[in-house]
This record gives sequence, C-alpha cells and structure tokens, in this order.
Amino acid sequence: MGADSIPIAEPIARLIAEFNKLPGIGPKTAQRLTYYLLRVSNEGAKTLAEAILAMKEKVSLCSICFNIADSDPCLICRNEERDQTKICVVEEPLDIIPLERTKKYKGLYHVLHGVITPTEGVGPDKLKIKELLHRLQGGLVTEVILATNPNLEGETTAMYLQQLISPLGIKVTRLARGLPFGGDLEYADDITLTRALEERREA
Amino acid sequence: MTTPRVYKTEAIILKRINLGEADRIMTLYTPQLGKIKAIAKGARRPGSKLGGHIEPLTHSLIMLARGRNFDIITQTQTINSFLPLRNDLWRTTWGLYACELVDSFTEERLANRPIFDLLLNTFNWLCEANNGENILRYFELHLLNYLGYRPQLRQCVTCNSPLQPIPNFFSPHQGGVLCPNCGLQEPVARPLSVNALKVLRLWQNSDYTTARRIRINPQLASEIEQVMREYIRYLLEREVKSTAWLDKLRQETQRIVVDNLTKPN
Ligand SMILES: [Zn+2]
Ligand SMILES: [Zn+2]
Repeated sequence: MGADSIPIAEPIARLIAEFNKLPGIGPKTAQRLTYYLLRVSNEGAKTLAEAILAMKEKVSLCSICFNIADSDPCLICRNEERDQTKICVVEEPLDIIPLERTKKYKGLYHVLHGVITPTEGVGPDKLKIKELLHRLQGGLVTEVILATNPNLEGETTAMYLQQLISPLGIKVTRLARGLPFGGDLEYADDITLTRALEERREA
Repeated sequence: MTTPRVYKTEAIILKRINLGEADRIMTLYTPQLGKIKAIAKGARRPGSKLGGHIEPLTHSLIMLARGRNFDIITQTQTINSFLPLRNDLWRTTWGLYACELVDSFTEERLANRPIFDLLLNTFNWLCEANNGENILRYFELHLLNYLGYRPQLRQCVTCNSPLQPIPNFFSPHQGGVLCPNCGLQEPVARPLSVNALKVLRLWQNSDYTTARRIRINPQLASEIEQVMREYIRYLLEREVKSTAWLDKLRQETQRIVVDNLTKPN
C-alpha cells in the first residue's frame, strides 16, 4: 500500500512489512515501531534482534506435552513432584499460563495446538490427539481434565475427546463451569479459573 | 435498501473468525438483509457482554452501528441458543454443516427470507433428532430450491420425456435426472435408483411434517447423500469443508461400535 506509492528507503519499508505481519499490528503501528527503532541506539537494536534469534534457537516443543519449552522434556513434564495421574488438555501453550498462575493445579498438561473447526476443515488429525491417546496408554493417568475454551469449537473438541477417552476407563472432566460461554481461556482471571478447576464436572 | 446509522436485526450466527487481540468478525444471516459481516469488539474476553450471544448456532437479536468496512455489533440478546444442538457432538456437526452451506451459497446483503426461515426450522428439527441425515437432505433440497438450483426430478432434463419408475441417471451438470437413453450418453451422470428418485421427489414437494415420516434404509440414505453431495460440489465448484468432519465422525463411531462387538465380555 503506502510503501509502494511513497518513496521510503527499502530497509525501512522491509521492517514495516515485517511488523505488519504480527498479530494485532496494523500498518500504522508497524510504521510507529519502525520509526521508533530508527532512533534507538545500535546496542538497543542488537539486543532486540538477538532476543528474537535466541528465542527461536533455544525454544522448541516438549515432545511429551507439546508445550513451548527451552528443554525437552519441559520443566513441568520433568518435575516428579507433579501429579502424574492427571493431564489437563488445553488448546494453545498460552492457555497453560493462567492455569499455572492459580497454583491450584499440580498435574501435567497436554497442548493440542488448535481446536476442531469443521467449517475451516480443521479435523482431529491436525491436532496432537493421537499423541494424547498415546500418553494415556501407560495406565498411570486416571483423570483427563478438558480445558478447551468454552465456545462451540472448544465444546466440540471436548465432546469428541470424551468419546475417545471414556471407553479407556479414565475419568474425563470438563473445566467449563464458571467460565462464560464464548470467551477465551487466555483472558480468564485467577478467581474464575480456580473455581472452574475446583468445580470441574464429569464430561 | 439503505441501512440507517444504527439498526437492529434478528440474526442466525453462521460463523466467526478471530481478528486481532480479542475481536471477532461475525458472519450473520438475517431475514431482511440476507448475509452480513460485522465486527464484535472484545468478544473473546470472558467479561464481554457480546460473547455467548454470538456463538455459531445461535438465534439472536443484534444491534449494529454502520462502520466503514464492517458494521459493528453494539448489543446482543439471545433469542434461542439451541442447547440440544450444542450439547451433542453429532447435532453440532449437522448444524454447522447447515450453516456452512448457507454461507457458501449466499452473497452478502442479498435478502432471501425463506432461507432464514428454513435454517431456523432446521435447527429446531435437529434439536429433536437422533438421526439428522434425512433432515439435512430435506434442508439441502429446499435451500437449493430457494437459490434457484431446484433439481429437475419430473422429466428427463435432455429429452423432456416423463421419467419412468426404472433406474435412471442423475446429472449434476444439468441439474436433474436423465432417462436411461440420455443417461447412457452422458459420461458424468451417475445411476439413480427408483427408490432414491421417489424419496427425493417426495422431500422436494412436501412440507417437513410429511417428509419426516419417511423411513429409509442406510443404503438408500447413502445413495441420496452421494447424489446431493455431487450436485452441491458441482454448484460450489468445491467440497463443503465440514463434510470431511462428518465422514470422520461416522467412521470413528462405526469403529467404536465394531470395537464393542469384538470385545469379549
Ligand atoms: Zn512437557
Ligand atoms: Zn431423456
């Protein structure tokens, strides 16, 4: 758009374009960030660039729970003090943060990396569901807590998982209570989440 | 019709996609304006007043303010949240399929009141259904009718001769049934059994109360589904996305049934 019609130095246009790709950042904000960085010291710019590279190099997915981690297995999966009989299933890595903040949950996690969205063609094969079922085979897990978002796709995914897991003789509970329908777990407050954890019901 | 700066409408929520941090772009089907897209600001935050009222498969009353690119949802109130649809994996799937079909076939801001009524009725019927497949076929036939794609089931689409109660052919390209003579010359036509033609005709020409009384065996149901799927695929020039999930669910449920049968007690 603007970068084509107005002559902007190529390196600046390039950075604006890169910022523009980030979630929640429109063309205006992309420009503002770029011109801010233009005024930053070389040292400051280097620190930012290195932080991005280090994050990409040192962080990967835990091969057990698929959370984002700087070690494999991740800190939670390696911690033997955590309750190995419970697995809490979430949609995205970000959903773990509010649950950990409550300090009420001591079990393990499993990140699906998405949610069943029939009208977008996202089925169970595109999520880490096979991997979850694999974890349940050891016989150690006695409860699976479904903490997908309380909206249509989250409920669909939860109902589907319940149908798959219940026949294995494992208790399946749902975290939805207290969470308003249609919201995202990522934004839930501590009190609501703690109550949702304590009052989880059998799915 | 020009819409005022602020307006109120009934709507069925067809679809939503996330936008930015916490917003959503909603696709709504309304009685007077047809399909519209609107933004729900902050709808993904749990405290949002908009949240639950604008989930797909909901019938809501919606206040909108005219915006530059999209209109903005300012207030919502649920008329019917169709809980029996939502609380069952199969019914949710059937409902979403109906929504996707309406979304795929309609243009924005092109009113078609019968489609609104049909979709709303279909949700109600699905709420009470143990098997929604026949309801979906009834829905498809009537939706296509309201869109101007009513399949010709009375006479041969090529030679116009009345169809006989013998195996005929169905041609998605020509939008109807072909007699055996014409059908054999049309390479993309598929065979159509006598019973499938009978049931299709009856569903096309009767109201739901009559249509629901028909009981058909799984084999016939599957044949009719394939006919409709091919016709719809031809019209849309693509697959309906939620059919993949429908097929997957069917496959897995069959597997579970088979597992139970083979498991020693
Ligand atoms: Zn892990
Ligand atoms: Zn003919």
